[in-house]
Amino acid sequence: MTNPNPASGSPDKEPATEAQESLSEARATPTQPAGDTEQTVPATATAKRPSPAGEARPSMGRMFLDNLWAANTVTVTVLAVLLAMVVGAVLIIVSDPEVLATYGYITARPTDALNASWTVVSEAYANLFKGAIFDPDAVGFTAAMSPISETLTYAAPLVFTGLSVALAFRGGLFNIGAQGQATIGVILAAVAGFALPLPPVVHLLVALIAGALGGALWGFIPGILKARAGAHEVINTIMLNYVAVYFLTWIVVQSGVQDPNRADAISKPVDSSAQLPRLLGDDLRVHAGILLAVAATWFIAWLLNRSTLGFELRAVGANPDAARTAGISVTKTYVLVMVFAGMLAGLGGSTMVLGTTATALTPLVIAQIGFDGILVALLGRVKPWGVLLAALLFGALQAGGNRMQSYSGISLELVTVLQALIVIFIAAPALVKTIFQLRAARAARLQTSLAKGW
Amino acid sequence: MSTTAVPEVAVTAVDEGFWTRNRKIGAVLLALGVLAAVLFGALATDQHARFTLSETEGGAALEINGTVGAILFGLITAASGGALLAGVPKRWFTLLLGAGLVAFVLSFLCWQVSAAPEGRNFMPLVNVVRGTFILALPLIFGALAGVLCERSGVVNVAIEGQLLMGAFSGALFGSMSGSVWVGLAAAAIGGAFISFLLAVFSIRYLVDQVVMGIVLNLLAVGITGFLYERLMQTDAAKYNSAPRFGNWEIPLLSDIPLIGPALFRGNIFLYLGLLLVLVIHLALFRTRWGLRTRSVGEHPTAADTLGVKVLRLRYRNVILAGLVAGVGGASYTLALYSFTKNMIGGKGFIALAALIFGRWSPTGALLAALFFGFADQLATYLGAIGSSIPSQFLAMLPYLATILAVAGLVGKVRAPAADGKPYIKG
Repeated sequence: MTNPNPASGSPDKEPATEAQESLSEARATPTQPAGDTEQTVPATATAKRPSPAGEARPSMGRMFLDNLWAANTVTVTVLAVLLAMVVGAVLIIVSDPEVLATYGYITARPTDALNASWTVVSEAYANLFKGAIFDPDAVGFTAAMSPISETLTYAAPLVFTGLSVALAFRGGLFNIGAQGQATIGVILAAVAGFALPLPPVVHLLVALIAGALGGALWGFIPGILKARAGAHEVINTIMLNYVAVYFLTWIVVQSGVQDPNRADAISKPVDSSAQLPRLLGDDLRVHAGILLAVAATWFIAWLLNRSTLGFELRAVGANPDAARTAGISVTKTYVLVMVFAGMLAGLGGSTMVLGTTATALTPLVIAQIGFDGILVALLGRVKPWGVLLAALLFGALQAGGNRMQSYSGISLELVTVLQALIVIFIAAPALVKTIFQLRAARAARLQTSLAKGW
Repeated sequence: MSTTAVPEVAVTAVDEGFWTRNRKIGAVLLALGVLAAVLFGALATDQHARFTLSETEGGAALEINGTVGAILFGLITAASGGALLAGVPKRWFTLLLGAGLVAFVLSFLCWQVSAAPEGRNFMPLVNVVRGTFILALPLIFGALAGVLCERSGVVNVAIEGQLLMGAFSGALFGSMSGSVWVGLAAAAIGGAFISFLLAVFSIRYLVDQVVMGIVLNLLAVGITGFLYERLMQTDAAKYNSAPRFGNWEIPLLSDIPLIGPALFRGNIFLYLGLLLVLVIHLALFRTRWGLRTRSVGEHPTAADTLGVKVLRLRYRNVILAGLVAGVGGASYTLALYSFTKNMIGGKGFIALAALIFGRWSPTGALLAALFFGFADQLATYLGAIGSSIPSQFLAMLPYLATILAVAGLVGKVRAPAADGKPYIKG
């Protein structure tokens, strides 16, 4: 086999090479349905890679075994989750004074320390699992479905914000502003939800559209500034996040918005005609937002891979100069990408207040969905269906974390730690590869990020 | 280097024909001045607006009739705007812009102070100056951390996390040891821990630096929040009652009116912060290390060919930045408050804004931090005198100012050329 790229001469690919080739990320991974085939935009990047064409094709089973311990997307993701949970376990142990006390005499009676550690960690993670997926002790339909319902409820807004960040990434922009876009979205959705007297279905649609438009407006600003003045979208979106938060804290206490029966900062509740219907009866929180999320995922996948706009968007993301030479309007694409990204984030914010998570605006109504969306997008390898799966994982962690907090007394913040760690390990596949001595994957494309400096 | 901040975007040529950038800004300033003279002048009352040189109502004071002051200062703003519009030499630009903006703020203050209810229509300047510095302090440390990182080519979005980790470990180890100095050292190390992660992942593993910064912020929020709930909430006396640095009065200097009581009766962090600005400024522009740092931030390949160890220098600077930011975090927990969850609350991002607004220079960052601190202090003050201006809008000011700055409306902002680009020795 001849190797056209001397920089990656060794079979064990160095991270440097992955970074150089990060422009293209064409490869269907086992996590993806067949419909989501990604096309490479710059043909040069594909040519750089050592081609396996010259080798004899091994059998399917052999290939599966080879890939199992190679640094491919699935293996790295699973190992990253595992590593994060190990670090989380260490945090649980060192923050428990009773368990820590047993380490004082670990040389005399090591079993004490190990048993105590195992008990506290396994109980915490068992509750995480029971809260997120299935509780074997649950009796009846509602109790059995409750964990899944919670997971889906938490996942729905994350799908939207994750798609928002991922879409911008594909267009070569880093949208840190999903938080702000979701904030403006939730404001408009809520105001439309309680201020407009409309019949049921229309009211919901109007509220959702209002939320999407609010987010779109907040995405348009950094988009136009980037396109017209060359202002970096990372800086502007960070700043706009805070502008949006202060706007929210201001508007909830204005008369006409604030709940007249309350003294604290909370708005009037959204009318029932504007609320997303619940899917599994009134006792379970899961609502139609998750269906919208799946639809949005499908739409973004179609947009990216099948539409003209998607092609232009990926071309601009891969190489704006080349795209401009090819006759694509880079400025128009930047603005459109940010408008679409803002729209998605705005919808994500809307589902928070139109769904079952909250019924009225408060300063913290959307929690951290915008920032979590960044993690979700990276974990999902900035691909639509990957984002959906990543959001489900994060939703599960959130739902399980709630149970872990109330049953094991482990602070919900541990979930934040786990989420951040998972993404750190994902973002540095070379680290995971080194720790577990993984084989280099066949043509694996593990580098996730596409943003470039300031 | 002629590269702009975002070279891949075609920046439409601004300076063409009559409407140069200076003229446009002059026009905006003129409009602001007229607005101030008319609107603030009409809203201000005939009460006197008193600016006292003490902490209370009494003592020496500058006094001006509210309406007269608002109109007068508004006209000054308009005049400087008009001068810019008429086309004065370029060297006058900064002076005129500065004078115009200061006069605009004064016009605004004349209206606000004179319109305040009787008995509260005065502004104690000592409190305002002191509050400005106290509120600016974490921003100064954070922005300096940003300068150290970004001048050598590593984007530091993790300032928030470094401040938070510094505040947390300062509180934790300060309480456990009972010594402020141990707390201070621990805070510096805490900040350095986050920046060490940033260094390893962005330099060794080539992870996108902005991504890494965002994730590290979340990690810091998570770890400190988790340990806060597990340790500090259960046993606050043991884990969250750090000793605090007292105020040190500097003889002679503290007797200067206005500045003395505001600046020279502060705590160690105030002196340290101002000293660091000076030290980092001199080091960056006058020493060998500074030259190397800047060259690595602008053109690492060229620096490498001249024998500068690019990666080693970046490691060292990023970790130094973490030490500085960690101390900045301690300026909360070892001087003002006990630790609470997510207590930095976005200050790290304002510090980032100050860094950008100050154009990546230590002195610029100081001025930007003071401006943002002043906006913050003004919001507090206006709330206290029962102003009609919602404090939230004043709180937005730093962020809006930064957006205007990077959009090129207030002078060109240019990052170090290699900022955010990992260096691969080839």
